[in-house]
Amino acid sequence: MIEVSQLRKSYGTQEVLAGVDLSIDRGESAVIIGGSGCGKSVLLRHIIGLIQPDSGDVKIDGESIVELNERQLIKVRRKFGMLFQGAALFDSLTVEENVGFLLDREQTLSRAEIKKTVAEALELVDLAGTQDKKPAELSGGMRKRVGLARAIVYKPEIIVYDEPTTGLDPVVSDSIDQLVIKMRDQLNCTSIVVTHDTRSMRRVGNHVMMLHHGVIHANGKPDEIFNSTDPIVHKFVNGIADPKDLEF
Amino acid sequence: MANTADNPIKEALASLARLTYLFWEAMGSIIAKRFRMRDLVEQIHFIGVKSQSVVLLTGAFTGMVMCAQFYIQFHKVKMDSAVMSVVSVAMCRELGAVLTALMVSGRVGAAMAAQLGTMKVTEQIDALRTLATHPTDYLVAPRLLATLIALPLLTAEAIALGMVSGMIVAVYLLGLDPVFLWTNMVFYTWSEDVLMGLIKAFIFAGIIATVSCYKGMNCGQGAEGVGRATTQAVVTSSIIILISNFFVTLILNKILIYSD
Ligand SMILES: Nc1ncnc2c1ncn2[C@@H]1O[C@H](COP(=O)(O)OP(=O)(O)OP(=O)(O)O)[C@@H](O)[C@H]1O
Ligand SMILES: [Mg+2]
Repeated sequence: MIEVSQLRKSYGTQEVLAGVDLSIDRGESAVIIGGSGCGKSVLLRHIIGLIQPDSGDVKIDGESIVELNERQLIKVRRKFGMLFQGAALFDSLTVEENVGFLLDREQTLSRAEIKKTVAEALELVDLAGTQDKKPAELSGGMRKRVGLARAIVYKPEIIVYDEPTTGLDPVVSDSIDQLVIKMRDQLNCTSIVVTHDTRSMRRVGNHVMMLHHGVIHANGKPDEIFNSTDPIVHKFVNGIADPKDLEF
Repeated sequence: MANTADNPIKEALASLARLTYLFWEAMGSIIAKRFRMRDLVEQIHFIGVKSQSVVLLTGAFTGMVMCAQFYIQFHKVKMDSAVMSVVSVAMCRELGAVLTALMVSGRVGAAMAAQLGTMKVTEQIDALRTLATHPTDYLVAPRLLATLIALPLLTAEAIALGMVSGMIVAVYLLGLDPVFLWTNMVFYTWSEDVLMGLIKAFIFAGIIATVSCYKGMNCGQGAEGVGRATTQAVVTSSIIILISNFFVTLILNKILIYSD
């Protein structure tokens, strides 16, 4: 259960989040949509406690995380897996070390078990056999998938995906969508997906929220959002730009 | 934040407080052994083994030049054979530790700041945090401990090399008598002198690692931010080393009183 209330964050004079309220139930998969630069990634970072809000609260399973210090947050973050928009792989480590990072730190599994779990996770993202490559040797889409494998390999309760399918071909995008659904259904984990892809939003989401001008502008089931008569939502899901935007 | 930035003194004090905090936090994770042995070994290799050439050159040429300089003065008062005792004491008490620390801060400090800064701007430090790992445990603790181990050893090496190369200059270039030089050097160089150099090296190691890691982890955005963090790491740690050297000397002079 994730509850965000009246979350505010400004950078300089720019108010990125202006009182966001949302709640995501356990086992739900929530999709967050919104224009580029509207603050989706910033919102995700607040949910996982990477940045402190100016005001407002974030509660994970009833526990407020905004007042916690870094060491206390580490315990909370163990519940999370996060795929960063830019993958954020450790460039000095190999793919295998990246994916097995947390398992290796925790040392509850033997080395052979870690190797096996990592191989399985890589298999899930169609990257079997890339264990010994360094992130610099991978394509952008491959990096993203390694980031995905790293986020899911330790089977967290909550998985946060920042644009998991951006930059991937349609077939791989589809398999990533299926993976998101599978993680949700088999492990009963909560997912939060930020995406621009309306097709995958329909497929993976059972709860769509649209962030606009720093607040949750629309909130509902995917079909409700698709058929919304609200002009902003309508324009967004159908990809219609204002005519004046095209004047030059 | 905004109003501390325009007051440089307040800002400097705040940075100093954050530096101290980072240092104690890293010491905490060293004591609780929350770092990986493999990272420590890697860092010791990077700091200790790969600084060899730099430290060897620094030690050797400092010893040589000081011998040449002091000789001129000592020759005037006909105390030629005392030249090496002064070279040796100066290397032990001052130059070995300070010059080695400055060289290492240029090489190692810059590398640490650049590496951590790059990790910061490419979100790798955030990724670390989401993977339930404290950046201090994973990044700072092994670097700090490795520097604390390696720098005193490098300093000892530089001191020894300074003495040897000074002797070589004195004997082969200035034609002084090696037996007198050696006897005087050993007689006037006390274990307190050596100890002082090593204690200083230990303190400077803490300064280099903490400042460099701090600058890296708090670096600004983009390639420019990393560049600035790297420069600042070297400049700031060098300045703190030079300033603290004076105060450390005053304190150590009180503590390490020559016992007869
Ligand atoms: N560290 C920061 N400093 C200053 N401004 C920031 C910072 N991080 C984000 N912003 C600003 O916050 C706004 C939202 O950024 P964010 O990355 O959340 O956008 P986004 O919704 O994820 O966009 P996209 O879909 O393109 O990824 C941007 O306008 C950006 O300029
Ligand atoms: Mg984003």
